Amino acid sequence: MEQCRLLLVDDEGEFVTTLAERLALRGIQAKVALSGEEALKLLESEAFHVVVLDVLLPGLGGLEVLRRIRGSYPGVEVILLTGRGSDKEAREGVALGAFDYLVKPVQLEELIRKIREASACNALEKPWKA
Amino acid sequence: MSLVSRIAAWAGSLTRELKDFTDYTESPRRYRRLRRNMILLGILGTTLPLVLLAAFNYHQFQRAMKAELVQPLRILVNRTKHSFELFLTERLSALGFIASAYSWEELADEKALHRIFQVMKKELGGFVDLGLIDREGIQVGYVGPYQLRGKDYSDQAWFQEVKVRGRYVSDVFMGYRMFPHFVIGVERQADKGEWWVLRATVDTEKFNTLIASIGLTETTDAFVVNRAGVLQTPSKYYGKVLEQCPFPLPPVSRVPMVVETEDPFGREVLLGYTYSEFPSFILMVVQPRAEMLRAWLTLRSELFVLFAASLLVIYLVLYKVTGLLVRRIQESDQIREASHREMQYTSKLASIGRLAAGVAHEINNPMAIINEKAGLMQDLIETSEFCPNREKFLGLTASILQSVERVRNVTHRLLGFARRMDVQFEELSLNEVLQEVMGFLEKEAFHRHVDLRVELSEELPRIYSDRGQLQQVFLNILNNAFDAVGDGGWVRVLTRREGQDWVAASVEDNGKGMSEETMKHIFDPFFTTKKGYGTGLGLSITYGIVTRLGGKIQVRSRLGLGTAFTVLLPLRAPQPGGGQDGAMQAAVGG
Repeated sequence: MEQCRLLLVDDEGEFVTTLAERLALRGIQAKVALSGEEALKLLESEAFHVVVLDVLLPGLGGLEVLRRIRGSYPGVEVILLTGRGSDKEAREGVALGAFDYLVKPVQLEELIRKIREASACNALEKPWKA
Repeated sequence: MSLVSRIAAWAGSLTRELKDFTDYTESPRRYRRLRRNMILLGILGTTLPLVLLAAFNYHQFQRAMKAELVQPLRILVNRTKHSFELFLTERLSALGFIASAYSWEELADEKALHRIFQVMKKELGGFVDLGLIDREGIQVGYVGPYQLRGKDYSDQAWFQEVKVRGRYVSDVFMGYRMFPHFVIGVERQADKGEWWVLRATVDTEKFNTLIASIGLTETTDAFVVNRAGVLQTPSKYYGKVLEQCPFPLPPVSRVPMVVETEDPFGREVLLGYTYSEFPSFILMVVQPRAEMLRAWLTLRSELFVLFAASLLVIYLVLYKVTGLLVRRIQESDQIREASHREMQYTSKLASIGRLAAGVAHEINNPMAIINEKAGLMQDLIETSEFCPNREKFLGLTASILQSVERVRNVTHRLLGFARRMDVQFEELSLNEVLQEVMGFLEKEAFHRHVDLRVELSEELPRIYSDRGQLQQVFLNILNNAFDAVGDGGWVRVLTRREGQDWVAASVEDNGKGMSEETMKHIFDPFFTTKKGYGTGLGLSITYGIVTRLGGKIQVRSRLGLGTAFTVLLPLRAPQPGGGQDGAMQAAVGG
């Protein structure tokens, strides 16, 4: 099974880079995009299994990005992240074809479990402890 | 200020008070005052016309009754006067006839005069004597009990009057034999220029017979007085013949009159009287008023009874009607107040939801960063070969992650307000839900020696509701119960069917209970009695959930004795949009 390739999209750089680092420690490769536009650009050049997408993005909104991914990359699964009280948008996202949504702050184990459910790729954690 | 304007002002203030009755405070005094005012206004509005009507009727009746009583008296007076006049004119006519029918010679003959006198006495009666007086005033012929032949009347007033007016009737006077009588006289002008006067004395005994014949009642008195007010006939009550009549002379009237006056004994009497021109006398009939008005007094007391009975009926009807009305008003006020409170809850929940949604994002994002940073620190420490104070650092990061988790729980719970949670209806057993929830609390019950009594109805039907939401509801309520009871207290959980369409689950405790003031606010967001550790959200969330599930929540509590929460849930899932009705029915009971 192919190793999972993730794309993390969030305007909070501190959050998203730390998250990528933690995933890398567990042997899961994740690229980071700080905006929707950047994410779409990355998607053009690289193949990803799963996109973890913040709903509330500056510029192109999370839902719009989702719509475009769904339009252009039907094989790519999207997991939404929301920090908002109202999960209305997240539900809307699910209706648009997102796999599921998680509310921030999210526990890493939960995210990995969700990724595993979403894609047939191998997101099994490497025995990373020394 | 006049009485009428006073009443008007008072009625005005009552009406204003009724109009101003828009404050929804449930003060019993307020409703008592409202009722009192309504009764007073009602009494005023009905009694005033009734009193006016009664007064008018009273007056009319009085007039009618009086007229009815006065008329017979007037007729009586008139008839009696005619009898008297007839009696006197009869005697005058007889005397005039004799004076005309016989010549001077015949009348001067003593035998003839005697015979004529005997016929007069026999046919007409009442005559005492008869005399013939010549032009000089000397009585030349006389028949009677006295020796009056030759008596000179020339200088007497009556003789002069006969000369002028042709006839004369005297007042009553006492004669020599001390019995009352009067004198009548007529003149005769013969063809040959002869002139004489025929004079007769009449006994007043006949008057008494006349009065007796008019049929007076026991208490009625009738008598004749002259123009000087001297009694000409005896009176039953007011004096003998020739005594002064105690009544002042009434104003002159030829037609019978009736006046109200007081007699010398102080009795109220009706005095009927009439003046007779010739012969000149005044006839009086006196009747006590009390006797005449007996019928009227009876009628009056009947009127009064009727009036009092009407008032009583009015009051009773008013009392009943206002009681009913005020009770209705009170009930509708209570309903309005409940729905008012309901709206307050709803709008509070909504505004908190909006606030929470705004704040949550701002908190959740930094929390996510903290979470990841601390997580990474933990990862790094765990993967490092060498790390001084490794355990200490691991403890610190774990503590940070735990705190993040706590914040996450709070914000998520807060978001529960804002979230239009899709309730997932499924068929479930309320008993099972309760048992699951109690599972969480068994340990605490054991440690604190709280007696958890479970009385779940085995016949409880399954219902359509949301398992997760119900767990939240009963966890909140049971947590509160555990907080309220001291160690060693008891908490009782029971379920039962409630009518056709409901099931009920009650959680009772013998804890510290709540005051009425506290009960008013327990569903308010951020209202808490657990100072320091309560969020004040538990029961308002509970309330919101139960409402969404189409249920109702009831609370009974007594300070120092304990509290009982009852959650009523419908067997079937509520229709979409029906949740609002459920919310309206939710009640905080006492």
